[in-house]
Amino acid sequence: MNALDRAASPSRAASTDVIAVDHLSLTYGKKDTGVLALSDISFSIANGEFISIVGPSGCGKSTLLKILAGLLPPSEGVATLNGTPITGARRDIGVVFQTPVLFPWRTVLQNVLLPADVQKLDKEKMHKRAMDLVRLVGLEGFENRYPRELSGGMQQRVGIIRALIHDPAILLMDEPFGALDAMTRETMNVELQRIWMESGKTILFITHSTSEAVYLADRVIVMTARPGKIGDVFDVDLPRPRPLEVMNTEAFGAYVKRIRVALNADGGLD
Amino acid sequence: MGGAKHFTLRLLLIAAVLGVWETLVRISGVPEYILPPPSSIFRAMYVGIMSNVYPQHFMVTLTETLLGFMVGTALAFMLGTLVALSRRVEYFLYPFIVMFQSMPKVALAPLIVVWFGLGLTSKVINAALVAFFPLMVNTIAGLRSAEEDRINLMRSLAASRTQIFFMLQLPNALPYIFAGLEIAMIFALIGAIVAEFVGAERGLGMLIQSMNFNMDVAGQFSILLILSMLGLILNGMVAYARKRLVFWEVRNTGEETANSSQKGGSI
Repeated sequence: MNALDRAASPSRAASTDVIAVDHLSLTYGKKDTGVLALSDISFSIANGEFISIVGPSGCGKSTLLKILAGLLPPSEGVATLNGTPITGARRDIGVVFQTPVLFPWRTVLQNVLLPADVQKLDKEKMHKRAMDLVRLVGLEGFENRYPRELSGGMQQRVGIIRALIHDPAILLMDEPFGALDAMTRETMNVELQRIWMESGKTILFITHSTSEAVYLADRVIVMTARPGKIGDVFDVDLPRPRPLEVMNTEAFGAYVKRIRVALNADGGLD
Repeated sequence: MGGAKHFTLRLLLIAAVLGVWETLVRISGVPEYILPPPSSIFRAMYVGIMSNVYPQHFMVTLTETLLGFMVGTALAFMLGTLVALSRRVEYFLYPFIVMFQSMPKVALAPLIVVWFGLGLTSKVINAALVAFFPLMVNTIAGLRSAEEDRINLMRSLAASRTQIFFMLQLPNALPYIFAGLEIAMIFALIGAIVAEFVGAERGLGMLIQSMNFNMDVAGQFSILLILSMLGLILNGMVAYARKRLVFWEVRNTGEETANSSQKGGSI
């Protein structure tokens, strides 16, 4: 199947699509004189799919994520989540930011429960779910610690399970491992793959690391800068679960190479 | 630093300074009404406390300070919150805030005494006025200090403005608010004393004033000593509350407090 066609045609948006983005544009400032940050973005994400978006800094990938999170209204076009347009913040989205964004006055468990507190979900049920999630990422024993007592990798794990607590339809991740050292980052990639496989969540993962994108995703969308546009789309056909060693294989290298070429062709990587 | 050994050294140093002071005053023959020796100061302190004169006036000043602190900081917190949360309120109040902030508030003391008399009210108002600004400025700064990502996190969860305020902005502002409270406490004491200087029937400030007329310099020194201890205790109380309530804040020096006092502006 031609990956490009699949991504570019919103008509494919079937009932299994969690996210459908249809001719989305964003202009900062006035319509005629402003800066065009995103231009005519269309793609869709199927239920349970893991999508990575790679692109150089300034290509608007974080802006796109903000629109999908309902934090920023698009200038043109529409993004729908499970069939309803995203017009503002909603309760069925989980966002993981570049930094863990934990509240230092809340313990690990209380941080994980923040979305449940905000949305006034059943306390007992949520507490049990939070403990399950804490175990899922190997943080048992740390649930009553405060964030400053945790390492960077542990903090970001808390950030991830906090985004899962209210059982959102999609997990939006904005370069969540960018601030971690290379070793921790790889560990977190393995862990995220496991969380994704165990939870069956749909994930949109933004990164500027090509190999991270290939390692994690079913499909890699390349974005190009000024204005932010969708370039090529690659289906990553590597068996799951992928061990870290997959990065040393020829097939993996070929994907990375093709994506790098696509990025460079568009004047991408600075 | 710290430890029993250093503590002993500290005490020895203080004793040495007092000893040198005593000796120099006695040898040089400086009159008592210019610089009294420490022994006279402690005698004045002893007499003042035993005669129940100091405790009476102490209670007056303490009451004025605490009431002024409570009134001033309560208003400062409310107004600071309004300004931080509403651009419109900020727009209309801004000229007043700037004007008052650069004005030495103690200069209003004579007016306030004329308006509110020699009793408790004028002292409380003056103390409140002086205590007001450091907390208001810190409340505004604190409530606005929430990182954009934290706000975005709350918004992405579809949190209401009230939830964002109570679950994020307010706890986030607590370190600032407590820095402001520590300054406000000391400022309230200053405000009360200055108002007593201007016109009062009771209080430690009034006592200093009347001792000055009688050239009782040893007495004045003894009261200064009491005032500095009072300031220390009041400040310590706020610092203790801060440590308990803002437990997540890692603080190892007093530098931060010094910085925030600059934010608070002048007395």
